Parts: sequence; C-alpha cells; structure tokens
Amino acid sequence: MTFWERNQLKLAPFLFLAPAIFIFLVYVIYPIFDSIWVSFHEWNGMDKDGVRGTGKPNWEFVGFKNYITLFTDDDEFYVSLFNNIKWLVFSLLAIPIGLALALFVNQKILGIRYIKSLFYFPFVINAVVIGVIFTWFYNPKYGALAYVLSFFGLDPIPFLADENLATYGIIIASFFPGIAYTMILYITGLTGVSREMIEAGRIDGASGFTMLWHVVLPQLRAATLIAIVVTLVGALRAFDLIAVMTAGGPWGSSEVLAYKMYQEALFNYRMGYGAAIATILFLIMDIYIAWFLYRLFKNESSEK
Amino acid sequence: MKKLLTLVILFTSTIASAGTLVINSNQSGESSMAGFNSYVEAFKAAHPEVTVVVNEFEHEAYKTAIRNFLTAESPDVAIWFAGNRMKFFVDQNLFMDVSDVWDDAGLNDLMASTKGSLTVDGKQYGVPWGYYQWGVYYRKDLFDQLGLNVPRDWDEFKWVCAMLKKNGITPITIGTKFLWTAGGWFDYLNLRINGYQFHMDLTAGKVSYEDPRLDAVFDHWRELIDPGYFLEDHASFSWQDAQAPQINGEAAMYLIGNFYVPTFEAAGIGDQMDFFQFPTIYEGVGVAEDAPTDTMHIPAGAKNVEDAKKFLAFMSNAGAAGEWAKIAGMLSPNKNAPKPENRFSIMGAKMLAAADDIAQFWDRDSNPDMASAAMEGFQEFMVKPDREDKIRARLEKERARIHGAL
Repeated sequence: MTFWERNQLKLAPFLFLAPAIFIFLVYVIYPIFDSIWVSFHEWNGMDKDGVRGTGKPNWEFVGFKNYITLFTDDDEFYVSLFNNIKWLVFSLLAIPIGLALALFVNQKILGIRYIKSLFYFPFVINAVVIGVIFTWFYNPKYGALAYVLSFFGLDPIPFLADENLATYGIIIASFFPGIAYTMILYITGLTGVSREMIEAGRIDGASGFTMLWHVVLPQLRAATLIAIVVTLVGALRAFDLIAVMTAGGPWGSSEVLAYKMYQEALFNYRMGYGAAIATILFLIMDIYIAWFLYRLFKNESSEK
Repeated sequence: MKKLLTLVILFTSTIASAGTLVINSNQSGESSMAGFNSYVEAFKAAHPEVTVVVNEFEHEAYKTAIRNFLTAESPDVAIWFAGNRMKFFVDQNLFMDVSDVWDDAGLNDLMASTKGSLTVDGKQYGVPWGYYQWGVYYRKDLFDQLGLNVPRDWDEFKWVCAMLKKNGITPITIGTKFLWTAGGWFDYLNLRINGYQFHMDLTAGKVSYEDPRLDAVFDHWRELIDPGYFLEDHASFSWQDAQAPQINGEAAMYLIGNFYVPTFEAAGIGDQMDFFQFPTIYEGVGVAEDAPTDTMHIPAGAKNVEDAKKFLAFMSNAGAAGEWAKIAGMLSPNKNAPKPENRFSIMGAKMLAAADDIAQFWDRDSNPDMASAAMEGFQEFMVKPDREDKIRARLEKERARIHGAL
C-alpha cells in the first residue's frame, strides 16, 4: 500500500480544507498580526524605506507610544470607547422588539406572509440607504420627525446635531435592520416550539406572559443566543451608519472606535495610531467572544 | 465594474511601451471628465507622436489610491491639488520639480496669479489647470424686498443680517455636518482680520491657536453666532442640505464655492441669485481670497518624463486650457484663456484677478490631521461659543503634537 492509500482518509479532510485555510491565513490571520506589528510604529502610510532619495524615515519603531498616547492624551478615544459601550448596551433592545414582532406575525391570518416580508424588508436594504433615510427623517427643518412633533406643538429635536443625542439617534436607525433580523431568527425559532409543551402549559394554567417566559422562551434559547451575538458584533462594528449620518460629529461626539481608526489611519496619515485603535477594538471583541464561546460550550456540554 | 476596469487598464498600462503617456485622473464627474477629455484630445491633436493612456479613478477613492501608485507604480502625470496637499508629496520627494516647464512654456507670466500655490522653496512642483472662487451667494430678491444693499464692510454686513433676521429670514445658511464649510468661515474671518501671511503661518503650524491675534477672529464670529444669524442646527445639514433653505427663500446668504452655481440654476432660482465678495473687516488688510486650485504633477517615478512635460506645458495653449476649465465649470489659471460666459464665473474671475493673495482653503492649506481637528473645533464653536477657550487649548495641543512646540 502506498502512503497515499494508507492515509487517504486522514488526509482528505485537510486537503479539502487547505484552500479555505490558506485564504483564512492570508486574509484574516496575517492582517491581525501585521496590524499589531504596525501599532508599535509611527508610520504615515508612505514608503517604508523612507522618503525617496533622502532616507528620512516614514516608518519608525516607537514601542508602546501609540497606546500611551491613546490612553493618556486622547479625549476622543474615551468618547469613542464610551460610545461603543452605548452601542453594546442599547442595540440589545432590538432583540425584545424583534421577538414581539415575531410573536405578532406568527399567526394564521390571510396575507400574513406579505406582512412578514414587509417587516423583513429593512434588513435587505443597504445600510447606507438606511442612513440616508434616517438622516432625512431626523432633519430638524424638513424631516418627518420634525413634522410629527410640530403636529403635537413640539419643537423639532435635532437628534444628529446634538452631542448628547447623536449616538442614540444612530442606534435607533440601526434598530431598523436589527429588529428585522432578530424577528426572522425568532420566526424560524417559533416554528420549532413544541405544541405539546404549550398544551401542557395551558393545562397547568399558564397563559400570556407566564407562558412566554417559562414555556416559549426557553425553547427559543438557540435563536436568542444567535440574536445576541450578531447584535453585539454588529454594535462593535458600527461604522457605515455613523459615516453616513453624522461623519462622527457633531465635533466627534458620535465617533466609535472603528470610525476613529478609519479617520486616523486613512485621513490623518497615522497608520500606527490607527492600528493601535484597531488592536484595542480587537481585544475588546476577543474578550467578549472568548467569554461567549466559553458560555456556549459549557451550556452545550451540560445539556448532553 | 468601474474599479475592475480601472484595474485592467492599470495592468495593461504598465506593460505599455515607452512613448506612451500614462495619466492618472480623478476627473470622474460628468462635466469634469468631459473637460479633461477635451484637453487630452487637443493635446493628442497637437502631439500625434504621443499615445495617451488615461486611468480614470473615482474622485474620493483617488485620494487614497494616489499614496499607493506614487510609491509603487507611478503614472507619468497625476492630477492633484495645490497647497499643503501638494506639499505633502513634495516633502516625500514624490513629485518632480517642474520649474523648467514654467520657464520654457512661459507659464510664469501666463499663470502668475496661481504660481504661489504651486511653489515650495522657490521651485514649482506642478501646473494648475483650474480654480474657482469662494464668496457669498445671496438671494437678491430678498435683499430687494427689504431694501438691503450689498454689504461692503463688517458693520454693514451685521446690519444686513439683523434686518433679515428681524423679517423672519435666516440670514446665513450653512451645513457643517462635513465640517469644511465652517473652515470657509474661519478662512475668511482670519484673512480679513489678520491677513494672508498670518493665515499661512497658522496653517503651516507656526502660530499658536491661543495667539491673542486670533481673539478678534473668534470675537467677530461670535457677533454672528450669538444673535442666531446662522441656520439653526447646522451640524445636521450637509452642504447640499443647506442649499434647501436658500432655494426655498427662507435663508438669504451662503458663503460657499462657485460649484454651488449649477445646483441653484437647476433649482430655477438662477435669476434671483447674485454674488458678493466677503466684506472688508479692517481697512488696510490686503484682500485675499479662497480659490482652491486643481493641478497636474509629474510623479518622481514617472517613466516618460519628456512627454509628461509636454503635457503640462500644453497648458500654455490658451484655447485648450480655457476649454478644459470652462467645461469643468472652473476658471482657467491661464490669463489668455477665453473669458468665462457664466455671470458668476465672470464675477469670480474679476475678483480673483484683483486679489492680493490667493489661499487654497482651510483643509487644503493645513496638514490633514490639523485640518480635521480644527474644523471640528470650529463646528463646536459655532454651536457652543462659550467653549472657545477649551476648544483653542485643544487645537493648540494638537498643533504642538503635529508641528512641535513653538
């Protein structure tokens, strides 16, 4: 027997995986380490060999300087970090709303399919389009919100021009696709809820909220977990809506880490500094994902 | 698809033979592209021996692409901007000294008005192809209704604002969401109060943001902010959004560049609109104007320098140069170019010809990170003027980080 024939079964999976692993290494793993490496340097994004013909450096090792500046001398960094936390906390509201909508459309009524697809529609729209729509909606002079408020005799609220409200205004816009997504997750989950258990619950006298909390929700745990992960990762990656709706403003008050990184690296020619922000963001995500996977595996093994 | 096409062109262009002139261009808008193409066609007709290859980039994507192609795979000619934007690449030795083109093609005389913005340490590093004026575009019909005249100095300007406000019209519309419009106000106030040289020293990072000479700039600005002369909630408006109040007749004046003209003409208020120069504040301060200049450069890594110089020198051809600027909606820096036909361009050309000095615009004159930090500060000041000291201290800290202590 040749080597190949003997080990075919063992080797085949790796061979099939090889192309994907190769791409993953080149496009995901390598950039992570490269970013971390860049974050220890001062680099303006130009030729690493230095200024053409003079050798004046463009690329210089500075150790932890970028991180020290970030933590001790950059107020905007804390603004961004705090905004990221706001995103993490408040974007979770999309989940109960999505659940409520899923319960609402999970009925046998004529035409409910069309209503479902209408509710799902926002998820299909590009985030940039949603950003533009909400910018118009919030416009304090001509927007729909100002119109509705004036109908009740109230002054318009300049959501996106107010340093304290801008981030919340964008998070609300992010609900638009976020709710649609969690709704779909729950609709799929609801089809798997066992009828027997609901019947049993009914016999035991459960109804309304008790039924939802004690009988239905535990069966939707898988859907809830996915909804939470996707929402939180989405919150940490929040970028497109911010870029479209406020460009980080007013005066940087709605910036998040991802947006600040983009600004510093691509517009301010501070690649090293931008990479340091990226590394911080990566660590935050990492801690969270590690904790989450740990919880997930622990729960799964206890179920078995 | 366009990106893919650009890539394909980029690859094919690199294997093209010598005698081929490769040009990277950001003239992606409809009229910009038509203007540029007319110049390229005229050049081809005059120099049939040169094969011209144009790589078209989307305007915004070009700003990041240029950093890559200048170091990796240089074209022979690159379109770019004057002022600090050019100086960044000059400091990197990525743009070639083209002073000889200026001498040989007689540009020193033909383009005297814009020469300064292409000059670093007495040498020219590019050739301008078009520029445009900034100033106040206003609703003449509203002024006439209230019997207001064009303000010539600061007191008249404030009086006009007060009268408009009293009659329920927003005196000045502005959208600061993308910040740079606030930079325009700072430019003009500083140019009118402290003059061109001080302004250039400030943008070069040689003056502190806490310098007492800047007090007057912020004080004057406040004289417009405190009575509420600017559009309310301007931070939620882009510069395009801010056109709406003026087009609807709810706002009277807009300090903006000449690129605004096609929009209000398309909105049907072309006849109601007029233009005036930003008023004088202190007598005796030289008149300087913002006139952002678009340029052409030869990258240091260019392979076909000889033909690239021919392409730049061709700007001395008044007909071709004028045609490019005209179609693209700009003014030609070539003084012999045919006079513009649009009445706003005519006013602009006259105003710029009479100006003592020409600035590029806040975010083209300053270092990019200083520019964005400062414009954020200006936006904040326009909404929260009481934070002036805090804002200026923050800007000074940023200036010291970038340009070093004074």
